[in-house]
Amino acid sequence: MPGVRAAKQRSDVVVEIGGLPIRLRSSDSDFIHLIEERYVGYTSTSSEPHFDFEIELAPPGTESRDEDLRVTWNSGRWLMERGDFRAEWNPSTARGRIEQTLNPYSLDSVLRIVHTLLLAKKGGFLVHASSAVRNGRAFLFAGVSGAGKTTMARLAPPDAALLTDEISYVTRQDGGYLAVGTPFFGELAKAGENLHAPIACLYLLAKGPENKIEPIDGSEAVGALLGNILFFARDPKFVKLVFDAALDFVSHVPVRRLTFVPDARVWELIV
Amino acid sequence: MTGKLYVARSTAIAARSLGDETMVMSATDSTLFTLNEVATVIWKAADGLTPLEEIVANKICMEYDVAPEAAMKDAEDLVAKLAQHGLLLLSEQPIPRAKVVAA
Repeated sequence: MPGVRAAKQRSDVVVEIGGLPIRLRSSDSDFIHLIEERYVGYTSTSSEPHFDFEIELAPPGTESRDEDLRVTWNSGRWLMERGDFRAEWNPSTARGRIEQTLNPYSLDSVLRIVHTLLLAKKGGFLVHASSAVRNGRAFLFAGVSGAGKTTMARLAPPDAALLTDEISYVTRQDGGYLAVGTPFFGELAKAGENLHAPIACLYLLAKGPENKIEPIDGSEAVGALLGNILFFARDPKFVKLVFDAALDFVSHVPVRRLTFVPDARVWELIV
Repeated sequence: MTGKLYVARSTAIAARSLGDETMVMSATDSTLFTLNEVATVIWKAADGLTPLEEIVANKICMEYDVAPEAAMKDAEDLVAKLAQHGLLLLSEQPIPRAKVVAA
């Protein structure tokens, strides 16, 4: 029709977490819109993303929620499979493919896996911990489900910027470690702020009758940290990288046990 | 145990000393072990060429106040447990260096 131009439907979006832009392509513009909404604050205008993933949407009802996650290295590609998605990624070509149904959660899992694999090579990791920045320094609060990660995030004072209430993103830089904001959230259902800061302390959470901080020895700290690091791949080289990263982290960053009563006063100790 | 028992560190592990202790992780199942000072001595001496009883006699009984029989039993229990998780290789014959990693 003369004078009328059809609006171009977006077929890709770049999601940038931890300074790593990843382009996600799909022929379904509704799904791209869904991704843009899910990763608001983390979409990027980068024209040169480091990695490209093509997403193929499977019909609803074809997924199975029962299957365990498997991440394996095979013929130069990482294969990632769970009941709700199947993905492959070739780091040397920087390209990958994801088959999943129309939901943002499967993609979220794939991104977490990809970032753990990328971070491991650089001495970083994802860890089950909430994190926040206060006075220019980042504090991590690690623990299993129910330990109080989201509680610490909810209790954070106004001057603390929340990076995540569930999965902290840790990178190695200049002989130290940075905590980076992520869109990976837990019960809080809210993405963290897209910023980063040097990590001042990792606290291992325990609920108790009083607020107190206690030192722990090196091997206990390493064991606890490794117990909370996201391990998706059972590849021996990957395991060694994560092991080395945990030991290095503990030698650079104080690790303490934080026993706390779940009220705002606990943050008086976090300075 | 009647014959000699040789012990060697597996290549499928990640290990690091931390003070007097050693942390060892299985690269296949991610099981993490923290070896105490005495276990660390055995771990470091597990070169695949030195029999366990020689390690116990020369490295444990000479350095620590422990009866040889008790030390040997503890050492056998330790290496059996670590071997279960693939961290150590056990053999009644010397184990070639190709399968052994540096301490």
